[in-house]
Amino acid sequence: MSNDPTALTAASSAALVKSGELDASDLFEAWLGRAELDTFGALSWIAQAGESPEQVDGPLGGVPLAVKDLFCTEGVPSQSGSKILEGYKPPYTASVVEALAKSGAPLLCKTHQDEFAMGSSNENCAFGPVLNPWDKSRVPGGSSGGSAVAVAAGLAPWALGTDTGGSIRQPAALCGIVGLKPTYGSVSRYGMIAFASSLDQAGPLTQDVTDAALLFSQMIARDPRDATSVGHQESIHLPDRRDLTGVRLGVPEELSGDGIEPGVRATFEETLERARELGAEVVPCPLPHAPHALSAYYLIAPAECSSNLARFDGVRYGQRVDPGDGLDAMYSATRAAGFGPEVRRRIMLGTYALSSGYYDAYYGRAQRVRTLIQRDFDEAFANCDAIVTPTSSSVAFPLGSRTADPLSMYLSDFCTVPMSLAGIPAISIPNGMSEGLPTGFQIAGPAFAENSILGIAHALESSIQFDRSGARV
Amino acid sequence: MIAKMLDRSEVIHIARLARLNLDEGEIERTAIELSGILDHVERISELDLEGVEPTAHAVATRGELRPDIQGASLSRDQALAEAPVTDGVGFIVPSPGA
Repeated sequence: MSNDPTALTAASSAALVKSGELDASDLFEAWLGRAELDTFGALSWIAQAGESPEQVDGPLGGVPLAVKDLFCTEGVPSQSGSKILEGYKPPYTASVVEALAKSGAPLLCKTHQDEFAMGSSNENCAFGPVLNPWDKSRVPGGSSGGSAVAVAAGLAPWALGTDTGGSIRQPAALCGIVGLKPTYGSVSRYGMIAFASSLDQAGPLTQDVTDAALLFSQMIARDPRDATSVGHQESIHLPDRRDLTGVRLGVPEELSGDGIEPGVRATFEETLERARELGAEVVPCPLPHAPHALSAYYLIAPAECSSNLARFDGVRYGQRVDPGDGLDAMYSATRAAGFGPEVRRRIMLGTYALSSGYYDAYYGRAQRVRTLIQRDFDEAFANCDAIVTPTSSSVAFPLGSRTADPLSMYLSDFCTVPMSLAGIPAISIPNGMSEGLPTGFQIAGPAFAENSILGIAHALESSIQFDRSGARV
Repeated sequence: MIAKMLDRSEVIHIARLARLNLDEGEIERTAIELSGILDHVERISELDLEGVEPTAHAVATRGELRPDIQGASLSRDQALAEAPVTDGVGFIVPSPGA
């Protein structure tokens, strides 16, 4: 064993704590030292040294956790990357953060994100962009970019993020780590500062697939405080799959052909070849409506955001700007000053899509397209166990290269959005390098098939043997 | 079908509904950006959606409510702790009639 416990995966550390070979307080202090090495703008808050939390004898072994800014944490700034919530300290903690602490993963630090989780590059953060540890001139992806960087750079052993249209999977891919978007409803959203309520879901960002399974196993719950939470149909076990005999992987041409960078395409093909060598059958699997997923998503998500973000009115919490011209003027001035350009854009788009005379043409149509996308997946899963695609069409792109054109930024999400609309689980694992930067491989399964896709991911991960040391500080 | 270009008055109307102050430059910029995005998302109008039911939530949730039993809640001080303006009793807001 290395003398440095922070060189281990979270699951390995947890096992050593449980066997008595590692002291959980020492582990926490060691990770505090790592968190202090952040030169990427990834962390928004770090626990105080010497204040290591009370130890809990749980399955997560005291291995501390990085948590995305948008999770409410009692007494700890929870700003969702926005100026309108700068310094906001909630009076309560999100259910999932509370549950993980009880299972033995105390809060180590919080991580920067795109404002209200709207973005694919982490450049929409009111507190500055997050930089990619593989190349600081490039973005880490978003919106859970700070969480991805914390894990990739070794500032934290594992992290919590949220995924609305790809916000866990895409930054995981761009930073060379593992990210799991669970089935919608399996994790409570109580205490997550909402973006698009029918899509938002919390999930793990981790060093490897085993860590993702371990963290996720303690996240699932039916929560009386979230009426949309359903828990899970089965308990999550640690994956041990090494071969893919008898597994049928479907490849949708719509999400793996046009628009994928050649280098990303090359690692994708290599991984498919590995899958075949491990015994999998790789079959074509059409998702005919997938090309319309982005359009539906960029109506549904802004519509829901325009409704959710109505609560930021300068009355109960957050910033207020009062020009002294009455209540309505205070609302409009507060919101204009507190929200960044991308958030304002999406609120405008969503308000338009929901406004009188346009509801049926935009939001109503988008919800019907969502039905067609869901049917595509149902039909696809009748013929294959999992669907695989590149996670992101490109490797990490240079800072500033897509900020001038919102549509080009939105198009970054085209491989991840269809699964979000269908509410199904999908995991991204690192599967190679292109231009010196990591690429990601996405594996999606039917609702509640997390054990299945974690198993497939584990078998591929064992074969790929991705070297993530290049990002560690 | 090509999305129509949003005009100034529509942008001002939407901004008013959304309670967002936009300055002159932003009104122009928003009209151009939203028109571009709408032009793209309007591609879904190519699809035949006759008879297709809308999906609001992807996974069927039970919509189960918790028992209607009084439980603990925030104290007044906790609820007011993050308010931008308070008199210690309630939230203070500018007059709606001003």
